[in-house]
Amino acid sequence: MDNTIKNNIEEKKTKKSIIVGLCLIVLGSIIYIFLGLNIEGYATFRLSRPTDPFALPNLILPAHSFIGISALLIAFFGGRIIIKAPKKFTLFIALSFFLAIAAFLVWATAGKSFSLTGMLQATVVRAVPIALAAMAGILCERVAVINIGIEGMLLAGAFAGALFGSIFGNFFGLILAVLVGGFFGFILAALVVTFRVDQIIAGVAINIFVLGITSFLTSHLLKSNPELNDAPVFKSINLPVLSDIPVLGPVLFKQNIFVYFSIFIVIISTYYLFKTAYGLRARAVGEHPKAAETLGISVLKTRFHHVIMGGMIAGFGGAWFTLGSVGRFDEGMTGGRGFIGLAAMIFGRWHPVGALFAALIFGFADSLQQKLAILRTPIPSEFLAMAPYLVTIIVVAGIVGNAKPPQAIGQAYVKEN
Amino acid sequence: MKLHEISKSFGPVKANSNINLTVDRGEILGLLGENGAGKTTLMNILTGLYKPDSGKILIDNQLREFHNPREANKNGVGMVHQHFMLVPVFSVTENIILGEEPTKRFNKIDLENAKNKVLKISSEYKLDVDPDQIIEKLPVGIQQRVEIIKILFRDAEILIFDEPTAVLTPQEVVEFFEIIKNLKKTGKAIIFITHKLHEVLEICDRINVLRRGKIVGEEYPKKTDKKKLAELMVGRTVNLRTSRKKMEQGEVLLEVNGLSILSDNKEYVLSNVDLKLHKNEILGIAGVQGNGQTELVEALTGLRSVSSGKISYFGKEYKNFSPRKIHQLGVRHIPEDRQKQGLIGEFSLTENSILNTYYEEEFSYNITLNWTNAKIEAKKIIEKFDVRTNSENISANKLSGGNQQKLLIGREMSRSINLLIASQPTRGVDVGSIEYIHNQIVFARNKGIGVILNSTELEEIIALSDRIIVLFEGKVIAEFPSDTDPNIIGLAMAGEN
Repeated sequence: MDNTIKNNIEEKKTKKSIIVGLCLIVLGSIIYIFLGLNIEGYATFRLSRPTDPFALPNLILPAHSFIGISALLIAFFGGRIIIKAPKKFTLFIALSFFLAIAAFLVWATAGKSFSLTGMLQATVVRAVPIALAAMAGILCERVAVINIGIEGMLLAGAFAGALFGSIFGNFFGLILAVLVGGFFGFILAALVVTFRVDQIIAGVAINIFVLGITSFLTSHLLKSNPELNDAPVFKSINLPVLSDIPVLGPVLFKQNIFVYFSIFIVIISTYYLFKTAYGLRARAVGEHPKAAETLGISVLKTRFHHVIMGGMIAGFGGAWFTLGSVGRFDEGMTGGRGFIGLAAMIFGRWHPVGALFAALIFGFADSLQQKLAILRTPIPSEFLAMAPYLVTIIVVAGIVGNAKPPQAIGQAYVKEN
Repeated sequence: MKLHEISKSFGPVKANSNINLTVDRGEILGLLGENGAGKTTLMNILTGLYKPDSGKILIDNQLREFHNPREANKNGVGMVHQHFMLVPVFSVTENIILGEEPTKRFNKIDLENAKNKVLKISSEYKLDVDPDQIIEKLPVGIQQRVEIIKILFRDAEILIFDEPTAVLTPQEVVEFFEIIKNLKKTGKAIIFITHKLHEVLEICDRINVLRRGKIVGEEYPKKTDKKKLAELMVGRTVNLRTSRKKMEQGEVLLEVNGLSILSDNKEYVLSNVDLKLHKNEILGIAGVQGNGQTELVEALTGLRSVSSGKISYFGKEYKNFSPRKIHQLGVRHIPEDRQKQGLIGEFSLTENSILNTYYEEEFSYNITLNWTNAKIEAKKIIEKFDVRTNSENISANKLSGGNQQKLLIGREMSRSINLLIASQPTRGVDVGSIEYIHNQIVFARNKGIGVILNSTELEEIIALSDRIIVLFEGKVIAEFPSDTDPNIIGLAMAGEN
C-alpha cells in the first residue's frame, strides 16, 4: 500500500528534477550560442589600483574558452540533476546562476578591462538603502504590521536629508531625516494600530502623500532656492589597516558611515530579535498577539514602538540617497528601493542577516547595470536598467512563495475590555 | 478565593449577572454551562482580560482588582485557555518564559537558567516535557502540559481550565485527569469549565451550573446524575439519547477506493482510504482533529482535488468534479465551520437559504433573482427546522450558533437529498439544538438516505452511527460496529490498534 504512495512522491520528484535539469541545459546552450560564439580576446578584470599598498595583479581570462567552459558546466549540472534526481539541487542552481553571470561579465568585458573591485564596492553601496528598507520592514512585520509605506518613508528621509543637510550641515540633516522617517512611522502606527485602518491602504496613502508633498516642495521651494538643495555629502572613512586589504578593503572598509551603520543595524537587530527578552516579546506579538496579551505584553504598544523604529531606520536609509551619495534631492529619486527592500526582507525570510544578503544580490544587479553601461555593451542601457527590478520579480515569483511570514501579519489587534 | 456579585454586560446582553462563586485550596470546582452561558466571560474577568461592571474578587479574604492578565498572574490566578495561547514557532521554554524572562546583561535571555526552571517544575508536578522542542511539532496533549507549566512558572495558586478536554484524545484525557489530581494534592485550587457532563461527575469535588449568566445550581457529584445536571444546564428536560432503531443496510451509495491526498506541503494527509456507504446507514468517522477528516470530506464534496484513488457516487466514478456537480447529484454537505464555509454572515437568511440553489429555475429568472420564491424558501426552512428568528431579512450572524446551524442544516436537507455529509454538525451548539439536530439526522437516515457523520465528539459518533471507522494520520485504521466499547474506539483514535 505504502509503496504506491512512495512511487507517487518519487514520480513528482523526478518530474521536477527533469524540468529543472532541462532548464539548466537550455541556459547553458543559450550562453554558448549567444555569448560564446563569435567572441575572442581576453577579458581583463582589475582587482586593485596601482596605488594600493598591496596591489594584486589583474585577472585575465580568455573569453571564448571561459564562456565555453561555463556553458558546459551549467549543462553538466543540468544533466546531473536529470540523471541522479538528487533531493536538493539548490546548490547546483545557485552555482549555475553564478557561472551564467560570470560568463556574461566576461563576454561584456572581452577585449576591454573592467574594475571588479569597483563593481563590488558599488554593490555594497547600492545595497545600503535596500538593506535598510528591509530592516525597517523586518521590525514592522515581526510585530505583524505590513509596512508598504517604506518607499514613502525613504523618500521623506531623502528629502529631509537634502533640505536640512543644506541648512544645518550633514550631521543634523541626518538626524532630522531619521526623525522625519520616525514621524511617518508614527503616522502609520496611529493609522493601523490605533485606528485599525487596512495596513496596505495606510501604507499606500503614505507613499502617495510623500511623493506628492516632496514633489510640490521641490518645485516650489528647492527650484527657486538652489542653496536649499545642496547638502554636504558624508565622505568615506578609511578604516586603518583593514582598508589596505586587497579587494576586501575597498569593498568593506573604504565606505561612508551609511555602510558601517547598516552593518551595525543588522547586527544589533539580529541580537535584539533573537537574543533579548524584548525581541522575544516582539516576535510573540507578531505570531500570536492574543497569547502575548494574556501574558501581560501590550500588543498595541509593542506594535507602535516597532513601527516608529522601522520608520526611523527607513528615514536613515532615505538620507543615503541625498547625504550619502549625490547631495541633492530629485523627485521620486528612491525609484522603488523601498519595495525592493520588502522583497529582500521576504527573500531573507524576515531575518536581518538573510535580508542583508538578499539586499546584496539586488545591489549587485543594480551596480552591474551601472557598470555595464560604462562598458558600452550592445545591450541598450534602458534594458540594463531593468536588472534590479527583473531580479526582484524572479526572486518574488520563484523563491518567496515558500517563505513563511509571521502568523498574525496584516491583522489588526482589537484589545478586549 | 471568592467571587462576589460579579456582573458584566456587553451592550444589552447580560453575560454575567450577580455571580457568587468560591473555590478552596485542594478543591476542584466544576463550572458547567452551555456555550454562551457566560462561562468564558466569567473566567476572562477572573484573569483580568475583562473588567467587571460591578462585583468583587477576594483572594485569601483580601479584595483584589486585576486590570490586565499580568496582575491576575501576580495574584496567583492562571488560566489554560480553550485555544492554547502558545506561539507555534517558539520552543517550549520560550513559550513558558514569555513576558517573565530571566535575563542577563543587555536584556539577553538567560536560556540555561530558564530551562532549569522549566525542568524543575516539570519534575515537581510530573509534567514531562522537552524544553527545547518547538511547539508546533508537539501533540496537543503535550502542548497542554506546556500551558500548565506556563501558569505554574508564574506561581499560580488558582488554576482555571477552559474546556481543557475538547481537543484531547480519550487517552490524553485520562492523563490530563491524573495531572489535575496531582495539582490538587499540592494544594492548588482548580476551576474546571466544561459542558461535558460525565467529566464533571468524574473529576470534580463540587459543581456549579451556569445558565444565561446566572448560577442556577450547586451540586455534588455523589448526589447528582447526568440527567439532573443537563436539566439545570438547559432549563428543561432533555433527552440525552437519540432513539435509533436498527435498519437493514441498503444498496451502496458511495464507494471510495484507495483515496490519497497530498497536502499543500507535500505530505500525505490521506492515504489509501477505502470506504463504502449504504442506504439507510449512518457512517461515523471518528478521529482526533487533524487526522485527515477535513480533507476526506473536502475530497468527497469536490472542494479538494485528489492525488489518486476513486470516488464513486451511485455507482458512477467522479474524478475531481466541481462542488456544484456533486451537489446536483443530491449530495448535501454540512461543512465543519458554519461561519467560514456554511453561511455568509453578512448575508440575510433569505440569501443564505438559496446560496447553493440560486441558479435553479425556481430562484433565477434570466439574469435576475426571484426574491419572492427565495423568501418563500427561507420561510419554509425557518419554520420546518425551528430556526428562532423574527424575520428572514436579518443577517445570519445575528443568529445564535444553534440557530445558524439549524438554518444551514435546513438549507441542505430541505430539498431532494440522497446523501448527507455532515461535519461537526453540533459543534458549538446548545444542548437543546443538539437534540434536535441529532433527531433530524436519524430521521433522514430512516427515510433511506446515507449519512457520513464526521465528528471529533466520540459520544456523538457512538450515539448516532450504524458503523464507525477511525481515521488516524490519514489512514483508516479500524472499523467498528455501533455497539463497541468507547474505550476501544478511543485507543484506535490514539493510533493503538
